[in-house]
Amino acid sequence: MSIQTKPLHSVGVHMKRKEDPRFIQGKGHYIDDLSFPGMLYLSLVRSTYPHAEITNIDISEAMKVPGVKAVITGKDLEAAGLGWLPTFHGFDKQMVLAIGKVLFQYQEVAAVFAETRAAAVDGAEAVQVDYAPLPVVADPFASKTDKTLLRPDRESKTNHIFHWEVGDKEGTARAMASSPKRIKQRLWFQRCHPAPLEPCGCVAYFDTMGRLQFHVTSQAPHVYRTALSLVTGIPEDKIHVMSPDLGGGFGNKVPVYPGYVCAIVGALKIGRPVKWIETRTENLTSTGFARDYHMDVEIGATADGKVTALHVATTADHGAFDAAADPSKYPAGIFGIVTGSYSFPVAHAEVDAYFTNKAPGGIAYRCSFRVTEASYAIERGMDILADELGMDAVELRKKNFIRKDQFPYPSALGFTYDSGDYHKTLDVALEKIGYTGLLKEQAEKRARGELMGIGFSTFTEVVGAGPSKHFDILGIKMFDSAEIRIHPTGAGIVRTGTKSQGQGHETTWAQIVAEELGLDPQTIMVEEGDTDTAPYGLGTYASRSTPVAGAAITMAARRIREKARKIAAHLLEVGEGDVEWIDYKFQVKGVPAKTVTMKEVAFAAYTNMAQNEPGLEATYYYDPPNMTYPNGAYVAVVDIDRETGETKVRRFVAVDDCGVVINPMIVEGQIHGGLTEGFAMAFIQEIQYDAQGNNLNTNFTDYLVPTSLETPHWETGNTVTPSPHHPMGAKGVGESPNVGSPAAFVNAVIDALSPLGVRHLDMPLTRDKVWRAIRDAEVKKKA
Amino acid sequence: MKVHVTINGVNYEKDVEPRTLLAYFLREDCGLTGTHVGCDTSSCGCCVVVMDGTRAVKSCTMFAAQADGHEILTVEGLAEGGTLHALQQGFWDQHGLQCGYCTPGMLLTSYALLKHQPNPSEADIREGLSGNLCRCTGYQNIVKAVQQAAGALGQPVGTHT
Repeated sequence: MSIQTKPLHSVGVHMKRKEDPRFIQGKGHYIDDLSFPGMLYLSLVRSTYPHAEITNIDISEAMKVPGVKAVITGKDLEAAGLGWLPTFHGFDKQMVLAIGKVLFQYQEVAAVFAETRAAAVDGAEAVQVDYAPLPVVADPFASKTDKTLLRPDRESKTNHIFHWEVGDKEGTARAMASSPKRIKQRLWFQRCHPAPLEPCGCVAYFDTMGRLQFHVTSQAPHVYRTALSLVTGIPEDKIHVMSPDLGGGFGNKVPVYPGYVCAIVGALKIGRPVKWIETRTENLTSTGFARDYHMDVEIGATADGKVTALHVATTADHGAFDAAADPSKYPAGIFGIVTGSYSFPVAHAEVDAYFTNKAPGGIAYRCSFRVTEASYAIERGMDILADELGMDAVELRKKNFIRKDQFPYPSALGFTYDSGDYHKTLDVALEKIGYTGLLKEQAEKRARGELMGIGFSTFTEVVGAGPSKHFDILGIKMFDSAEIRIHPTGAGIVRTGTKSQGQGHETTWAQIVAEELGLDPQTIMVEEGDTDTAPYGLGTYASRSTPVAGAAITMAARRIREKARKIAAHLLEVGEGDVEWIDYKFQVKGVPAKTVTMKEVAFAAYTNMAQNEPGLEATYYYDPPNMTYPNGAYVAVVDIDRETGETKVRRFVAVDDCGVVINPMIVEGQIHGGLTEGFAMAFIQEIQYDAQGNNLNTNFTDYLVPTSLETPHWETGNTVTPSPHHPMGAKGVGESPNVGSPAAFVNAVIDALSPLGVRHLDMPLTRDKVWRAIRDAEVKKKA
Repeated sequence: MKVHVTINGVNYEKDVEPRTLLAYFLREDCGLTGTHVGCDTSSCGCCVVVMDGTRAVKSCTMFAAQADGHEILTVEGLAEGGTLHALQQGFWDQHGLQCGYCTPGMLLTSYALLKHQPNPSEADIREGLSGNLCRCTGYQNIVKAVQQAAGALGQPVGTHT
């Protein structure tokens, strides 16, 4: 990674973040920091039952609570034509407030508007709801039977939401049947919740012009504007969506939630601003969960370990409404990346999704639409195959990697991988961790009965959604955009359709503009999240910001450079064809002494532009020609206490290849964070429901996220294989560590337990689960 | 009821509902929105402030009334005369924050930690910050930030930046 060698070199530079001074001084503007005169607070009444008829709602006591201004129910919304909200996926709808019955515990039932936060909560407590319980469907396998139909409102009278498949079904079956070696394993990627530290919320009001001013925790403000216009019938020009500083998102802030609609309805009905801020419990129990995929993985191979076929059949639990925020052609997201980094001649993947009495979601939690599930499936599967073959997990991977010379590589499931050097990336990781030494140590420890494991994950990601021919949200193609204005003094502003939630766009976007135009990144302001000023874009999730908006910024900057070239020619008194861009300046070809800087050109664009169009700005809408394919080689080393089942992650090396790096400090920070979330999923993080449909992880004392104490020390490294189709060669990185790491942790734990005969355990690998596995294995051995 | 609290050296006397939590008193009655609320169970630590100079408290777990007569330091009071506190500088230099939501609580917990342990080891820092959750950074750079600050604060007055 380069350090700053030239004063104007801005990309690849470890630059401190421009956004930080406000955050470290408590001057950030998060949603709950906003306040408007006359503002009311909204609190939601939520269902105590997972599945029940609502026999009566009595609001009379609530209306008597001092400060309560109004209470609305599903019936009121239905009468106004706002009873249901389309999900982003486009093929289902979600009740805003329960109509007739509730379908999951903590579902929104009534909305109470009051003068203070406390009065709103008191009012919600006073709403009397009578329920008649119905049979509960708490798992997708029970849902399959259709014994209890959960969604009679839908045309098709079944709990089955969709069947999706990709690949060659017959060819895969044939290849599998004729493979000398085969493994099959069910893997469950448990239900998780992204749990950003700032919960979701909004403030809605109608201004004096009757225009909806909507401040909301949104990762995709433009999509919200369009969706709100379509749902409410308010013309889109009368809706102004503003996403303030976001206290994390991780996919949780992509969907539109019922609380947002209630706040808008309240603001309209009462004529005052309404604030809704969910509690942590509301966040964990009702907003977009992630994963919950039961995957039957089958891999065929030759006796010497060459893979021959892959089949994955998934049963997906989507909860009460199909609220997965997936592109419309991809109901199971980009699960087709499940062939991973390996050269499978044939493959077939299928997903069947079912309704259950659980919270809706299935969102992309730090993940490009089901890629985390897919990556876990193949990386666990390869280890199980290595075990079956009695082969080293590294050797098996290297034998089956897509080779460097095979790129662009058409995968068996329809992707064209752009670039990579998987062997090199893995070798860097092996060197860094000292694999040979670890194997020796492990052999010695095993001889003494100690449990030490080494786990690998050599994943390939697919990000940067996406090319318009494939990807859309609610029909809107997944391009992104940038608008750059360079001011007379050479300072400027860049606006994009993305929205940072901690990724550091205010810094990296400025670095890109500065690099392309030879300007000072400190004087390039970045603005996002305001639909009145930013060009239309699809937002920040699925590691799409750098691959898509980053490309748009680069292209817009190059447009500015082309315009600037004309002005430079005028200033240098030569023809445009005699001007070249060298070393961040315009220069007369072959005359190094005759130069003009972009700063000088910017001033001339407003003061001395000759016959050229005044001003210096450009807009670019970038439709990516392909996805990008970041990849990495991760190695985890664990020690397990045989007596207690406690796993200690002793070392973790992550070598990532995300193409050209814009800011190495920020990339490393993203990797640290993603690894920590991967660690969380592997060991502690889970939203559990009991058989009666009760959510058991409703706050941070039950839904465990890692603290500084148990989080391992991360060791990072990188290789750089530029994306050939991205204008800067960048690929995106935010989700790689979260996608790639869970399998490395699990593979390490299973490797440690393998001398006991343990072949697989589902996440999270809690102490008691590991302890039970050790105990059961020992009991079995004695028997 | 009336409460009188000194916050960042400024006296605030306010009439509050008795059940008002200190966190909301700071945010809504005093307009100091740097103190955040991230959970309902005193788990996340986004709301940590320092009471009476050395004690880190979760302001969501105290009533404003309990702070009556006490001194409170919030993130808004850390910088002095336009100069960042060594901890703020450390978090900025070491990339100890991403979304920034946990940062005020992290800074104030670290502030109290360094008052008690001016030269903490990495293990001391991890232990000391274990009541503050961060979803973005993985804590590693936060540890480095606190180490940088400890180093800077440990130098003779006037030499640290």
